[in-house]
Amino acid sequence: MFSLFKGLWIVLRHAFVKRVTVEYPEKKPVLPPRCRGRIILSRDPDGGERCVACHLCSAVCPVACIALQAAEDAHGRRYPKFFRINFSRCIFCGLCEEACPTYAIQLTPGVEMGEYKRQHLVYEKEDLLISGVGKYPGYNFYRVAGLQIEGKDKGAAENEQPPVDVRDLMP
Amino acid sequence: MVATLHIDGAAYSVKEGQNLLQACLSLGFNLPYFCWHPAMHSVGACRQCAVKQFKDEKDTRGKIIMSCMTPATEGMRISIEDPEARAFRAGVIEALMVNHPHDCPVCDEGGECHLQDMTVMTGHVCRRARVRKRTHRNQDMGPFVNHEMNRCIACYRCVRYYRELAGGRDLDVFGWHHHVYFGRQVDGPLESEFSGNLVEVCPTGVFTDKTLKGHYARKWDLQTAPSVCVHCSLGCNTIPGERYGELRRVRNRFNEEVNGYFLCDRGRYGYEYENSDLRLRHPLRLGAEGPRPIPSAEAVSYVAGLLRNGGRVLGIGSPRASLEGNFALRALVGAGRFFIGWPERERALVTTALRLLREGAIRTPCLREVREADAALALGEDVSNTAPMLAFALRQCAMQRKIKVAAAFGIAPWDSDAVRLVGQDEKSPIFIATPCGTRLDDIATRLWRAAPEEIARLGFAVAKALDPDAPEVPDLSDEAKSSARDIAAALREAERPVVVSGTGAGSPAVLEAAGAVAAALRRLGRNVQLSLVLPECNSAGAALLGGGSLAGALSEVRKGQVDTLIILENDLYRRLNAEAADALLAGVKHLMVLDHLANATTARAEVALPCATFAESEGTLVSQEGRAQRFFAVHPARGEVRESWRWLREIGMAAGQSEMAAWQTTDDLIQTLSQEPGLSGVKEAAPGREFRAAGQKIPRQPHRYSGRTAMGADVSVHEPPPPEDRDSPLAFSMEGYQGQPPAALVPRYWAPGWNSDHALNKFQGEVGGAVRGGPAGVRLIEPAADAPARYAAEIPPPFQPAEGQWLVVALHHVFGSEELSAHTPGVAQLAPRPYLGLSPEDAQRCGVGEGDPVELAVGSSVQQLPARIIPGLPRGLLGLPAGLAGVKVVELPAGGRVRSVTGGPP
Ligand code: SF4
Ligand code: SF4
Ligand code: SF4
Ligand code: SF4
Ligand code: FES
Repeated sequence: MFSLFKGLWIVLRHAFVKRVTVEYPEKKPVLPPRCRGRIILSRDPDGGERCVACHLCSAVCPVACIALQAAEDAHGRRYPKFFRINFSRCIFCGLCEEACPTYAIQLTPGVEMGEYKRQHLVYEKEDLLISGVGKYPGYNFYRVAGLQIEGKDKGAAENEQPPVDVRDLMP
Repeated sequence: MVATLHIDGAAYSVKEGQNLLQACLSLGFNLPYFCWHPAMHSVGACRQCAVKQFKDEKDTRGKIIMSCMTPATEGMRISIEDPEARAFRAGVIEALMVNHPHDCPVCDEGGECHLQDMTVMTGHVCRRARVRKRTHRNQDMGPFVNHEMNRCIACYRCVRYYRELAGGRDLDVFGWHHHVYFGRQVDGPLESEFSGNLVEVCPTGVFTDKTLKGHYARKWDLQTAPSVCVHCSLGCNTIPGERYGELRRVRNRFNEEVNGYFLCDRGRYGYEYENSDLRLRHPLRLGAEGPRPIPSAEAVSYVAGLLRNGGRVLGIGSPRASLEGNFALRALVGAGRFFIGWPERERALVTTALRLLREGAIRTPCLREVREADAALALGEDVSNTAPMLAFALRQCAMQRKIKVAAAFGIAPWDSDAVRLVGQDEKSPIFIATPCGTRLDDIATRLWRAAPEEIARLGFAVAKALDPDAPEVPDLSDEAKSSARDIAAALREAERPVVVSGTGAGSPAVLEAAGAVAAALRRLGRNVQLSLVLPECNSAGAALLGGGSLAGALSEVRKGQVDTLIILENDLYRRLNAEAADALLAGVKHLMVLDHLANATTARAEVALPCATFAESEGTLVSQEGRAQRFFAVHPARGEVRESWRWLREIGMAAGQSEMAAWQTTDDLIQTLSQEPGLSGVKEAAPGREFRAAGQKIPRQPHRYSGRTAMGADVSVHEPPPPEDRDSPLAFSMEGYQGQPPAALVPRYWAPGWNSDHALNKFQGEVGGAVRGGPAGVRLIEPAADAPARYAAEIPPPFQPAEGQWLVVALHHVFGSEELSAHTPGVAQLAPRPYLGLSPEDAQRCGVGEGDPVELAVGSSVQQLPARIIPGLPRGLLGLPAGLAGVKVVELPAGGRVRSVTGGPP
């Protein structure tokens, strides 16, 4: 008997508590940056495409909704020729972001992706690539990697000595 | 001898004297290593394979030893898991990683990198070194191999492989201490035709596949299936990989009886013809304004109509098409009207070769037996160019002597550096007689360069020197006599001699001579084997199937007996000279051609049907060893492309041949085909379509295959079901049995912790030895044990160079002579330009210099070619590249005349 009233009391009290649900879509909530929503491909601080087409995100994706093809520019820089995410399959688990060694692929707080047609949920590189660094400023994979690309000669990466002169006999 | 080995307290039986690393790996332990390789054995260079050895059970301190350099002995106690041994191994990796670039994401080795695997195995995760990394500049090594020197861990495998096993000279190690550099003296294409194996031999991403780089996909993203190389008659086992409907690369599939751990570059890189723009993708019908695509049904009913209306039909098969395709064509047109599409001379050569192997008492060796032979005689065949992996095997045969010498000092065969040091320049006796210099010359004990007849006579003379009952060779020079005696003496000494010859010289007498030498050795009771190279991947199969040559087809056509001609995967303009081919094709009313690539023959076809390549279909090829081997579709044929036999079946059914309706699957066809005499083994070549491993199909896709729900989403977001494979126990899917299937069905090598091809270790009973369950393929040809060794009756007269008259011989080129691989950009780049080879003496006599235009006339065929002066080519011989684009087809050897175009007649 008593517990019945206690329950009623709690319900009544809650009617006057401050609301946490938001009147979406009239009011837009502010989502924390670590929210796992719409996926983007970012650029490095120098404006180059960050994705190096390593296929790690596609390999880790549990629903296999990332497909890409690697290509190389004339100077040896790797990039994805196409990069496709089928968002009608994506479960926003964020594993792709975790696997990415270059901070290229990032999940963003964007959640408004609804479409009337499933086909419209297939995003190509043009739809994914943004012009900024996203959540991770500063990092440029090619500054660390040993690969030579345009504007970065062999031995010019961070933490590298200039190339060895093989014909040199100095100890 | 079996020894008991105590590993971490548990007792195991291992082969005594075997090195501990191999023993541990064979027992299934994960012990990291770099410099050791099952085909190159131990040098103890990398220190990665350290384990701890204890004196006895009371010894608790033990000492670190290199497992790859220590033989297993009875009662030995070692520990893999000992903390000090583990720390030592982790330390080695950490040291190697100090200079290793931060490249994995952009490294083509990533995902199948032995260094990655070993790093994970030792547990090294974090770079503590605070030094700057040393870097290197790369070299351009030609169209096949990419070089990224920063990634080197200095294991020395590449130079050991390239110089010692493959016999290359142009790759070496330069510099010293931690600056060592593995490369060429200057940039330039690698010279060895086995350079592609560097990609698999190098445990890191220094050497990677350059053709793959052009359309890169990770190993885990490749759909793969067991396949067989179609670029020569040896039938090396391969694993081609596909992604997005395109073939991306070919890797080695281990078959200890065939190619072992390696492939030649023609086999590895010849695959790109499959992606060529020349591919036929639709049925074509020739109209007034050229060929136009027509629907498949229309093509089938049109051709069927021609057959149904009492049309007299003739079929021309092909030695490069599968047994299934040839058999289906034969069934369609009738055995009497089926001709294998080879010239009469080639038919005679191949049947001679097959007769020697089938009717004689001499066995044809598998390539392992050639590798293990201790003496060899190569008669007339330039194996480096016609059957490269046989040349590779002969190189291993040359090393057998070193192993034997070392054994006398108690040195184990796996102690590779000691064997090399003790063996010094010792090599097994290898005699090579060819019309022109070969790339095997450096291992030859003695060389002869002579016209094919002379080579045959030398062979017969060797037989005579071995066996007095052999026929006498008339008019033999003293020099030839003494040469023959030397060869005979060396072969007589050998325990396991092989005689190698083939159809490359174009002379049946050479084949007979090789048979005679083998027969003579056999009569002496020697365990001799005879390996005969054939022209194409299914020459043996075509010959077993039987059927006349193009000469027969031509005579039928001449008689006006043919309304419709069906040509299967065969470009007649490569077999016959243009006039003869024109004459043949002009004599028929209707021409139908099935092929993969557009060529001169398909251009003439009234109906051309697009047929599936080796990577899109299942079929059987018979190698020169007589080994029937099945290749499986790597990916389903797209669009209207179909297996040849399926086209032929449809046409046959539409034309009223109801028995063809029973061929629902490849297995049904193979069942029928196996009833042919000599072909009963074909159905055993691989498990049939009903086969299941643990109740499941074998998946062509690895369990990490990515992008399934996105790769086709640009076209439609609704994923189609995976294509069904009703022909084989393999599936176009990642679902199924990921364990080890029988060897003929192995689609890739992978094992937990072993992402690189070294996962093969886990597939072998003893590491480096046979795959569990035995090698793939079935030998169709075994010698009759009691057959008497017989000699050919005819011995050709000596070759005499006549004034103004030359003997034109075919010179084969590993790159360029074979039809399909020549459509691969890299192969085309390395193929020679057309030329006519002259000996320096002849060139001087004719006043011709290198590159000067000369005119070659053979019969009625006249062509102009730049001269190439070939030192060592005997006087009176002209060398014409075989099968090279831009060189007119002439049947060789043949008499010819040459004249300098600028300087008038010589
Ligand atoms: S968030 Fe998860 S499901 Fe979506 S693409 Fe990334 S890995 Fe795949
Ligand atoms: S993991 Fe990152 S760098 Fe690699 S392919 Fe995916 S997005 Fe590109
Ligand atoms: S060689 Fe192996 S470890 Fe080194 S960068 Fe390439 S994939 Fe990574
Ligand atoms: S290039 Fe490769 S095989 Fe050669 S030493 Fe370096 S890591 Fe070893
Ligand atoms: S594998 Fe034993 S030292 Fe290299």
